[in-house]
Amino acid sequence: MFSFALRRLNLLFFTLLMLTLVAFSLNYFFPGSPIVNMTGLVNASDAELATYEQMYHMDQSLFFQYLAYLKEIFSGNFGVSMSTQSPISEELVTYLPATIELSLAALFLAMLFGIPLGFIAAIFHNKGADKTILVIAMVGYSLPVFWLALILILVFAIILPWFPSSGQINLLFEIEQVTGFKLIDILLSDSPYRWQAFLDALKHLVLPAIAVAVAPMTIFIRLARTSMLEVLESNYIKAARAKGLSNLKIIYHHGIRNALVRIIRDMGLQFANLMTLAMIAEVIFDWQGAGSWLIDSIFQRDYTAIQGGLIALASFTFLINIFADFIYAALNPVERYARHGT
Amino acid sequence: MRCKWYWLITSVIVFISGCEPTTNEESIFNDGLVYCSEGSPTSFNPQLVTSGTTIDATTRQLYNRLIDFNRDNYQLEASLARSWHVTNDGTMITFYLRKDVQFHQTRYFTPSRNLNADDVIFSFQRILDKTHPFYQSVRGNFPFFQSINFEQLVTNIEKIDDYTIRFKLNQPDASFLSNVGAPFAVILSKEYADQLLSEDDPAVLPMLDSLPIGTGPFKFNEYRSNALIRFQRNENYWAHDVGIETLIFNITPNNTGRLTKLLTNECDVISYPIAPQEIRSRENLRLEEVTSFNVAFMAFNTSKPPFDNPVVRKAVSLAVNREAIINAVYFDQAEIAHSLLPSASWAYDKPSELLPYAPEQAKLLLQDAGLSEGFTLDLWAMPVQRAYNPNAMKMAKLIRSDLGKIGINVNIITYEWTTFLGKLANSEHQAVLIGWAADHPDPDNFFSPLLSCSSARSGSNRSFWCNQNFDDLLAKALLTRNNKKRREYYLQAQELLTEELPLLPIAHAKRAQAKVETVQGNILAPFGGISFADTKKVTKEEN
Repeated sequence: MFSFALRRLNLLFFTLLMLTLVAFSLNYFFPGSPIVNMTGLVNASDAELATYEQMYHMDQSLFFQYLAYLKEIFSGNFGVSMSTQSPISEELVTYLPATIELSLAALFLAMLFGIPLGFIAAIFHNKGADKTILVIAMVGYSLPVFWLALILILVFAIILPWFPSSGQINLLFEIEQVTGFKLIDILLSDSPYRWQAFLDALKHLVLPAIAVAVAPMTIFIRLARTSMLEVLESNYIKAARAKGLSNLKIIYHHGIRNALVRIIRDMGLQFANLMTLAMIAEVIFDWQGAGSWLIDSIFQRDYTAIQGGLIALASFTFLINIFADFIYAALNPVERYARHGT
Repeated sequence: MRCKWYWLITSVIVFISGCEPTTNEESIFNDGLVYCSEGSPTSFNPQLVTSGTTIDATTRQLYNRLIDFNRDNYQLEASLARSWHVTNDGTMITFYLRKDVQFHQTRYFTPSRNLNADDVIFSFQRILDKTHPFYQSVRGNFPFFQSINFEQLVTNIEKIDDYTIRFKLNQPDASFLSNVGAPFAVILSKEYADQLLSEDDPAVLPMLDSLPIGTGPFKFNEYRSNALIRFQRNENYWAHDVGIETLIFNITPNNTGRLTKLLTNECDVISYPIAPQEIRSRENLRLEEVTSFNVAFMAFNTSKPPFDNPVVRKAVSLAVNREAIINAVYFDQAEIAHSLLPSASWAYDKPSELLPYAPEQAKLLLQDAGLSEGFTLDLWAMPVQRAYNPNAMKMAKLIRSDLGKIGINVNIITYEWTTFLGKLANSEHQAVLIGWAADHPDPDNFFSPLLSCSSARSGSNRSFWCNQNFDDLLAKALLTRNNKKRREYYLQAQELLTEELPLLPIAHAKRAQAKVETVQGNILAPFGGISFADTKKVTKEEN
């Protein structure tokens, strides 16, 4: 387990190194002066800029500049946003939880429907149910998220007024931001309308979560199907069948558990996909998360925010991936001795 | 196992049924109003800006001015000043303040006294006095006041007593009162400023403009950049009771997004709606519009050929089909401009002879000017959307096809907005499609900034047209206090413009908004930003 952990951390280290190198070089590729791009201080006086130039060792070679830059990044200083002049780290703390909340909700939906459907497809292998599910999965996988999002809004918000089309909550509910996770913040607040607000927030979550969940769900269907098929082919299942256990019992006691373990590892990979989808959905659903924040920054040529957002989102995705790997390794001892990271 | 599922399902049902809307929730929706606006404000103090979006979000929500304009007849009326007096020579203006005006009480400021003369003097002194800490905290950036030469005009502001102040002017200026009533001339709290100063940290001084304290119908509560502004009712509003408890500006720059939110009732009111037919077709929605004090025009650069020749200007003006522009660019949400002034202005009079659409006559004029072969024209189109011109590019294309018919070959040119303005000020253009939104209804606000000789020098005169007779008329109009005489002068000035045509007025755009039927009260105004002070929500039955 130790060497497994070491290998993963090693991978993390080098990936982060490359990432910061890219972000650092962006300062020079973006228009404008590198020190302004790094700090985001567009209105600073010359004297102020001079102190920052010292802080970032701008008078020395690029290598030392990079080291100074790394030092600031690792102490949490991403500079300030060029458009709002508030620290990038603060903005990230405000916006990232909303994205995570949406991604988690979508992941939950994707697994809740994807995995059982995949299992059903495997159990009825090559029968009608299997084919129908595969067709659904194929169609779902091919739907672009922005199209799906717009159709969901058109049908379930405008034509059938069941769900709101945008935002995280009706803005008339005043909920103080503590964790940034809207649902948790609502439960923590002492608003007299707490439960109404909670229900309202859930309603707001439905459409974006579905839009984000569809593509990963189809992947889960296929993963669960393959995984279950493999398990059903294995010898211990055959043995169980020979012992005369009923099909239902075999699947419930032996099939599902063993098939699930394999899916867990792919959860980590799916999360990266999920974040990308969430960013697009956020823009369409006016969801105040890191995705729409980053895309706004791109429109506003807010270079500091672009860099900070890039580093934060990418490292977050890496961390989730590695975390999923650890869980998988803990559940499945065989993996720990696999030679190379996959 | 089955038992567990049973409990889960039961508890979910109990949970959801426990969350049925109650009367409490109804009240939160009935007393609150969500306005979907088109952009983020750049500041919370209108003194520092010229942008209409910022004015909409601040002026009439958070602040009051000394005097205001009547919504219907555009005459001056009392506001924080209950009355005012102008001396006969027009150089001394005295304001008598109300005594019952309280500033906002918020989590960051608690006023200990009512509004008095010190607050008024502070609000203007920060603009005039270059050594003032709050002049320096914004680096002296007061664009409106600079454009009207406020610091040269006002020599002194004097406190007569706690509720009386007197402005002394260098020379009489008939537009002074209008400028004091402009949406930029808001009154701030000196006590709040002193509280900030006492912290002895230059970094807190900008809070005067970002965490606002005013006397208006709403108090500032929260701003989340690019997302929302939250206002709370000012219970102690001096003028009347305010009908809305919570006012939200939901910032939605996307036109379709705003429309969607209106259709799903997530917004009660939206700015600049698209798809007017769709909105009119729905029973629970209302479309409202008001003629704004603005104008879109095509300015000819008279400082270089071919537009130094008035005949060519006339020819081009005759060849532009403005009716088609109103239809295609404004979707009929505008009227043809027969003058620089909108018809609602008191100084407007319908010209005896309207400029027709007459391409044949235009061809003849071009022949007279020796340009029967036609020529190539660089037409600049502004790259941004404004209320007065929602789509300059489309307008330019229409004009290109119009002018093509009389043998003029049009190149459409555009740049990024700041570059565009810089190049215009350098007189690099031949003709440009741009416009003007007035700050207050005084006619001078249309003429001096756009066509005077001094504006030709500063570059805001896009035609670079300087005519001594015209300037004399404007100056005379400003010096007289007799409105009849002023009107005479402005009519003469407009006649001169019709003859000379330094620019071709194209359209006065109407400003539109859409709302759900339960929202009542005037929100739109012809100038100076929207106001939610008189707005309230009624329930369906009352409606």
